[in-house]
Amino acid sequence: MAIGEIPRETLLLMYRTMLKIRTYEETLGKIYFEGKTPAFDIAASPIPGELHLSSGQESAAVGTCIHLRPDDVVVGTHRAHHFAIAKGVDFKKMTAEIFGKETGLSRGKGGHMHLFDTNVNFSCSGIVGASFPQAIGAGIAAKMTKKDYIGVAVGGDGAVNQGTFHESLNLASLWKLPVIFIIENNHWAISVAKDKSTAVADISERAKAYGIPGVSVDGQDVLAVYEVTEKAIERARKGEGPSLIEIKVSRLRGHFEGDAQLYRSEEDLKLAKEKDPVPKFEKLLLEKEIITEKEIESIKKIIEEEVKEAVKFARKSSYPKPEEALVNVFEGGN
Amino acid sequence: MGRKLPMYKAISEAISQEMEKNNNIFVMGEDTGIYGGIFGATTGLLEKFGAERIKDTPISESAFIGSALGAAAKGMRPIVELMFVDFFGVGMDQLYNHIAKVHYMSDGGVKMPVVIMTAIGGGYGDAAQHSQCLYSLFAHTPGLKIVIPSNSYDAKGLMISAIRDDNPVMYFFHKALMGLGWITPLEEAIKEVPEETYIIPLGKAKIVKEGNDVTVVAVAKMVYEALWAAKELEKEGINVEVIDLRTLVPLDKETVINSTKKTGRILVVDEDYKSYGMSGEIITSITEHIGDNLKSLPKRLTYPDIPIPYSRALEKFALPDKDKIIKIVKDMVK
Repeated sequence: MAIGEIPRETLLLMYRTMLKIRTYEETLGKIYFEGKTPAFDIAASPIPGELHLSSGQESAAVGTCIHLRPDDVVVGTHRAHHFAIAKGVDFKKMTAEIFGKETGLSRGKGGHMHLFDTNVNFSCSGIVGASFPQAIGAGIAAKMTKKDYIGVAVGGDGAVNQGTFHESLNLASLWKLPVIFIIENNHWAISVAKDKSTAVADISERAKAYGIPGVSVDGQDVLAVYEVTEKAIERARKGEGPSLIEIKVSRLRGHFEGDAQLYRSEEDLKLAKEKDPVPKFEKLLLEKEIITEKEIESIKKIIEEEVKEAVKFARKSSYPKPEEALVNVFEGGN
Repeated sequence: MGRKLPMYKAISEAISQEMEKNNNIFVMGEDTGIYGGIFGATTGLLEKFGAERIKDTPISESAFIGSALGAAAKGMRPIVELMFVDFFGVGMDQLYNHIAKVHYMSDGGVKMPVVIMTAIGGGYGDAAQHSQCLYSLFAHTPGLKIVIPSNSYDAKGLMISAIRDDNPVMYFFHKALMGLGWITPLEEAIKEVPEETYIIPLGKAKIVKEGNDVTVVAVAKMVYEALWAAKELEKEGINVEVIDLRTLVPLDKETVINSTKKTGRILVVDEDYKSYGMSGEIITSITEHIGDNLKSLPKRLTYPDIPIPYSRALEKFALPDKDKIIKIVKDMVK
């Protein structure tokens, strides 16, 4: 898509959001190791447990969510910070949740893999392939109540060999549901390369089997993602049914933090860096004189401040009262 | 006005009456449409409400159970049928990792008013993969309410409660109690059922026969085995009190404790497997309160820890029944 066709404000919003995601992830990546060195103890640090960061995959989230409304539903994966931020999840509360604090989205009950923000209809899950049926459920609700919101299921390349993927594509097509399936193909399911797990070259080829459109797009080019998702989202909103979109992205960090990535070659890591979508977009905006170096500097400062504020908020917040662990198993009391 | 209804009609009537009042209620499952449910639980609903609200699904349990979650998160109140409970494996992730946990993980932000109904029970030669009860497995998972009606009157009132509940409710109907043409119906399960709506609150057990000597606790078909045993034992001067739990979650401990305090003896009869299940749970809950005051050791009669055999001779040997209850009760009062 010609860059001139997209309003400058939109381009800048996309850039800012991509940068915010990157800054956030790299910041959390540092905080994660507080208390985890020299000996790595997964339970230590302000952020315990597993942490899956999305650096390199910003374009998928930003290129998709730029077209979405708050009432559209996004169901993300275990690696979902980028989609959460792009969907407009409360930034401070999300950070506090990741720190396990009482000011968090779920007052510390969810954590980094289970972020819920009903205001913007965002959720995610730590189970691979779980998002697909849940997003089509949103599509069922939209269709039955004659609303025009849509469901967006996000999955990785590792999720496309789960039954839920195939069941959901079929059901969404069969019932012509307002849903899009976003596959972020970062070529790695932890340590198993996509070519070692998946029999088709392009994951989007699988759309054929379910009678829906399927497109593969280069995730380094956020505008290409923008174009493809715009079409699919419009199609879904108009009631013409689901689409499958494969976005080929880079995983710039390990599967989880602390992953030495011994299974990845130097070349693969180098290639991933070369395919980083953030500098590419920045360069394009400069070349097309949509933004100046000076503006970039100022945007970076603002974003760093925003991230710092969110982290400060999370650090300063209290942990929930221990007894709160027993509350809210059931609606209306246990 | 009451009239005698078999359980399957009581269930479909409950669903129908609630659907008339609330457009957000809909039904999904395999053969729930034109067939009316393999066990009749959705009889007549397709004609009344049409295919948009009574959805026949592909054989894709993950997809339709998971999409029930997605639809519920958007304000719908789905009722899904998982034909035989034995099939839970193919949809279990969406059930125990998501539907059961989303309310807690979101600290009450996301409500899950989903009813999952499914058939349980053996005794008719359907072997290891179509005869199990398995409710204990779900009762073990925090976040799911567990309903097990034993007759058509309870079935209607409990179903209405289940539908109106803002939590996920698993509703287990025993095949032999449904009053179907193809399994010898149990006449006692066919009760007078009022035409108007009424509720039976979840978490209220029912004393179906009073007695002073031994408390027998059961659900579903085992309630009748206990009643038949009680009738014979009465001739020998042994008065058995029979409690139909009706729901395992919430569990009406109070009724069981009070009864056991009165009789000093407790026997739990369970068609589900023995170990780590309902029988152990009930006995522990009781002995924690009044263990020192029992007149005899607490007893349980359950399905043994074996897969369900096919041959009539083998299955009959394994199933708990009236005669086995009589033998144990006699030993207890000796």
